[in-house]
Amino acid sequence: MLAPSVIAIAIFVYGFIGFTGFSSFTKWGSLTPDFTWVGLRNYERLFSTIPSDRFIIDLRNTVTFTVLFLIACIVLGFLLAVLLDQRVKGEGIFRGVFLFPMAISFIVTGVVWRWLLNPGTLQTGSSGVNLLFEKVGLGFLRWGWFTDPTIWHIPPESGLGQFLTGIGLDWVASPYVGVSVAMFSVVIAATWQMSGYTMAMFLAGLRGIPEELREAARVDGASEIQIYRLIIIPLLRPITLSAVIVLGHISLKIFDLVVSMTGPGPAFATDVPAFYMWDTTFRGNNFAVGAAIATILLVSVAVLVVPYLINTMRTEAEL
Amino acid sequence: MTTQAHARQPIRWSRVLIYAALFLAAAFYLLPVYMLFITGMKSFQEVNLSRMWDLPTGFHFDSFITAWFGSEKEGITGLSGNFMNSIYLAIPATLFSAILGSLNGYVLAKWKFRGSNVLFPLMLFGMFIPYQSILIPLVQVLKNISLYGSIQGLIFVHVVYGIPITTLIFRNYFAEIPTELIEASKIDGAGILGIYRYILLPISLPGFVVVMIWQFQSIWNDFLFGVIVTSRPAVQPITVALNNMAGSYIVQWNVQMAGALLAALPTLLVFVFLGRYFMRGLLAGSLKG
Repeated sequence: MLAPSVIAIAIFVYGFIGFTGFSSFTKWGSLTPDFTWVGLRNYERLFSTIPSDRFIIDLRNTVTFTVLFLIACIVLGFLLAVLLDQRVKGEGIFRGVFLFPMAISFIVTGVVWRWLLNPGTLQTGSSGVNLLFEKVGLGFLRWGWFTDPTIWHIPPESGLGQFLTGIGLDWVASPYVGVSVAMFSVVIAATWQMSGYTMAMFLAGLRGIPEELREAARVDGASEIQIYRLIIIPLLRPITLSAVIVLGHISLKIFDLVVSMTGPGPAFATDVPAFYMWDTTFRGNNFAVGAAIATILLVSVAVLVVPYLINTMRTEAEL
Repeated sequence: MTTQAHARQPIRWSRVLIYAALFLAAAFYLLPVYMLFITGMKSFQEVNLSRMWDLPTGFHFDSFITAWFGSEKEGITGLSGNFMNSIYLAIPATLFSAILGSLNGYVLAKWKFRGSNVLFPLMLFGMFIPYQSILIPLVQVLKNISLYGSIQGLIFVHVVYGIPITTLIFRNYFAEIPTELIEASKIDGAGILGIYRYILLPISLPGFVVVMIWQFQSIWNDFLFGVIVTSRPAVQPITVALNNMAGSYIVQWNVQMAGALLAALPTLLVFVFLGRYFMRGLLAGSLKG
């Protein structure tokens, strides 16, 4: 009874991954497959700046996005869960308001946030959130959002930059090791959509902590802040780990939101590996290069998820 | 867990702060919805960048009509056909997924065999993979079996890649059912299928609801498979069509927002009316079901 599914997974997951992995070592660069073996050439090209530095830029953007998105979701989700755990009136309504974006497609989220964060032009004046800032007297907060090509990085001509160049680490003081500020807009939209998930997980966790534990700490003279810092937060660590794994693998794969919200952006300021893969494979017919990007993506997700899967299975077997 | 009474003495100003923070957060989450509604409700004359935060002068449904039916004059294709494509895609794919998942979950939960605890995580891994790593051979295979570019092809893809998550949810659901029940039926001479049909199926409705909501939502919201498998606009699901509409410069903002609202509506309705089951699927998705 299980056999059809097992065969389907064997072919469509593992067989296909094998095929993609194999293709990444070939020359296949047009609509007709060409399986001439080229070794690691496709990977070497991705990690070099010649002929294009796009993949290195994508990795930089992925790091920026993953770090900020995880921090934002975990901090916001935790704060909201703590607030909702204070016996508030209308808890169900608030929970629904924080969670409903999860039910929506990333495409819808992208379309709406693109409109909201559209900075406007000099001719038309400000629009979206920028306009809202102006209206409430916070005009100094307006900026280019996802159209801003600025990259924060160590300037090579600064003291630190010259020092790094001196010890042969000049690449650290380049835009390749930096933060693309246009990614902040994508982080805002993604956090809007996914932070309800961490909120729900933390709230379930908070409700699972016995009241006696807090009571006992209070009797011992602990302040509310101490109770959170010394008892509750450590107890929520397994939930935080699950959230990091689930959100982390989503952020490594992020694609739909970038497609609908920003595209690759100015000088690839909001480009990500999943978008590059799609672009080069299905628009550019560079199948081997696309396969190499896909393989790198898969390996990075596997590094994150496989230990977690093994651990979950092991704890389950012990029960 | 039931809500326990916190024995703390409530202090007035801290309650005020709690509610202020909650309302501020709610404003952040509702801002895009407010924008969707006010922009979608505006008439074409009212669409003006400098007045985008102003309320519409009345209820105008012109943009919804254009988003749904399109406008021949302006060369805008409506989303109605794509909305129906998504219906024809999501409903059968959800049903097949749920049936397949329940069979797999049943076998894995109740018929432990050699290697089943290796097989299960191997299956589960399939729900975490970036689908980019299977797209290239997928397109080739679908072309070879003549399923490429059709809704049937998309149904097939969603059913196959839905196996891990549906199996997981059902396995956890069936694991809760006492094994004695199964053992007793075995003694009475019931076979593997008989037990499924007469014992488990009748009590698995809640499991089906959770799985079907999960699958419906993820299939409806999918973009990647849609854009890869269907290249002709006539068979594209709504997410792909909405993305095309939003990328087109001839489509006014109010029409785009109306389109976005139409695309979001089915899953939002499911969330509003069946939110409890939605939550269960969500937490099951993080393996801690």
